[in-house]
Amino acid sequence: MNVLQSPTAQPQADDRRTLRVRSRSVVLAQTNIDTDQIIPARFLSTTEREGLGRHAFNDWRWRADGTPDPDFAFNRPENAGRSILIAGRNFGCGSSREHAPWALRDLGLRAIVSSEIADIFRSNALKNGLLPIVLPETVVQALMRRPDDELEIDVATRELRTPGNHVYRFPLDAFSRTCLLEGVDELGYLLARQADITLYEDRFHAR
Amino acid sequence: MTARTLFDKLWDAHVVVPDTDEAPAVLYVDLHLIHEVTSPQAFAELRARGLSPRRPDRTKATMDHSTPTLPRGADGRLPYYTPASESQVEMLARNCAEAGIELFDFGSDQRGIVHVFAPEMGFTQPGMTIVCGDSHTSTHGAFGALAFGIGTSEVGHVLATQCLLQRRPKTMAVNVEGALAPGVGAKDVTLHVIGTIGVNGGTGHVIEYRGSTIRAMDMEERMTLCNMSIEAGARAGMVAPDETTFAWLENAPRAPKGPDFEAAKARWRELRTDPDARFDAEVTIDAADIRPTLTWGTHPGTAIAVDRAIPEAADAAAQKGLDYMRLAPGLSLQGTPVDVVFVGSCTNGRLRDLREVAQVLAGRRIAAHVRMLVVPGSEQVKREAEAEGIPEIVRAAGAEWREPGCSMCIAMNGDLVAPGQLAVSTSNRNFEGRQGPGSRTLLASPLTAAWAAVHGHVADPREFFARQPQREVA
Ligand code: SF4
Repeated sequence: MNVLQSPTAQPQADDRRTLRVRSRSVVLAQTNIDTDQIIPARFLSTTEREGLGRHAFNDWRWRADGTPDPDFAFNRPENAGRSILIAGRNFGCGSSREHAPWALRDLGLRAIVSSEIADIFRSNALKNGLLPIVLPETVVQALMRRPDDELEIDVATRELRTPGNHVYRFPLDAFSRTCLLEGVDELGYLLARQADITLYEDRFHAR
Repeated sequence: MTARTLFDKLWDAHVVVPDTDEAPAVLYVDLHLIHEVTSPQAFAELRARGLSPRRPDRTKATMDHSTPTLPRGADGRLPYYTPASESQVEMLARNCAEAGIELFDFGSDQRGIVHVFAPEMGFTQPGMTIVCGDSHTSTHGAFGALAFGIGTSEVGHVLATQCLLQRRPKTMAVNVEGALAPGVGAKDVTLHVIGTIGVNGGTGHVIEYRGSTIRAMDMEERMTLCNMSIEAGARAGMVAPDETTFAWLENAPRAPKGPDFEAAKARWRELRTDPDARFDAEVTIDAADIRPTLTWGTHPGTAIAVDRAIPEAADAAAQKGLDYMRLAPGLSLQGTPVDVVFVGSCTNGRLRDLREVAQVLAGRRIAAHVRMLVVPGSEQVKREAEAEGIPEIVRAAGAEWREPGCSMCIAMNGDLVAPGQLAVSTSNRNFEGRQGPGSRTLLASPLTAAWAAVHGHVADPREFFARQPQREVA
């Protein structure tokens, strides 16, 4: 069956579709940035997906009195509008909250580059058109030193290119790649397999 | 047939469509647990597509994260922290009613933290695949289930199709051998394991805990252990079911009964790793090396024995952690002044944990400057603790006894550690601000937490056992 066949409407297909990201980067060199930092728990009382960008990295971005911390990367004027985040190893560890990629997308990010990205965050990011790009630590370190280089990430070729013409291949499974290129979502794919699911239930479970 | 691990057997039994180079496997989910925080957007997505849940009978719901732990006010109203918390809980109730999903709400005497109530009810059973929009779903692996946390989009996938798209993870064996010393428990084991393999040591893997130490553990201890697998980056943790597991299930209201139970038990006995099966990674730990363990930094991998010196920062992130915690390398954590002690959560909010705490608090007072909260993990735990007089002991010691819920573990419901305060907590995460903005957290066992409350600073809980005759130990 065609991967792209989806029996229902896809309200957010355009949001999920990501072919290419071209941007300078924001750097957060810290390792083990957990999802509690990306979006603190007190902002999870929402029943919506939208509007979380304001609280992305809330406790690093805003001081207790509500003023921005001028030293924090996302508050620096030169970083405005940048859509690639280069982060230290093991980004997105901790809680499974999908609010983390929702907040980062809402903040304007389209790609996270790190030498390691936590499993559940990676899976959540892919469902929201946020690219998890894993490259060797030495490459990530080199990229961190040149945040003003305009990087180009190409989903079709699975390549990250620098202005200096370095080309780095990143791992991206065929399925995720197709989903990103076509804006296809996993739910549509699963719904197309309902006959298999019914067969499984009939065989292994009393219904 | 090639030798298979416990994980392999569970995976193979739940594959609806095998994985290929082009697409991940379609994996069937036996039990889907939901709560108020990570489900509203999933129901909204289904509604937007005109879909309804496929197997409401395989879905169980509870409310725990945003719920108050103070009793109803004089007006009969629950003291919600914010209107948003209340509407989130109400939305779960509406969504469950509409979909025909069984909900354990405030009217139920079985409501509790999702990872506490489901095993109590017997919903959690060996051989199942279990998912929940919550990373500590790994807890249920204690019963020999494949249980892992998912995101909200995936909650929608499971609601709509009872399936998930999954790539097969790798396997890791963590063998723990030998007897644990008095004062050392499952929480110390898990902190020690995370400290050994690292906060990302299990990434991409499912851990099976094996060895004589694990076999000697009761179900509550196994749940504590599996609960924190995610803190080592692992998707899931599991323990092969045995007589200990079956004895728990025999008493659980919704587990199979009579001949069905006997038949299930025969099937469950097959759920073990074959002798020749190979794991992708293997770690062996000597139980004799494990001492009461706490964290010093801002992730669970910063675990050290209570009598070991805090290490020099290995990198900038570790230094940032030390600075945030206002701790310095060189000395042990003993003597560190404590403002708050939190006992509870899906890691250590079960009866066994509360008994250990009561044992320490009986006949003692907590230090005058310490605020201590004891929060049972479920209505059942609360009831059982009440039957043993635990709330009276807790209150007499000067600590607060609360209603069941996640409480200070995630600090969404108004139970907060104030900015700058240092808490010793039996929960699972010591991330910056996890227990409230600016809060500082040391993760520890219930014994270590209670002993710290009594002293007003971190102290070695083995001292308690040195003063107690052994037979009093629960
Ligand atoms: S007790 Fe803490 S870790 Fe457990 S489910 Fe609740 S918030 Fe999550």
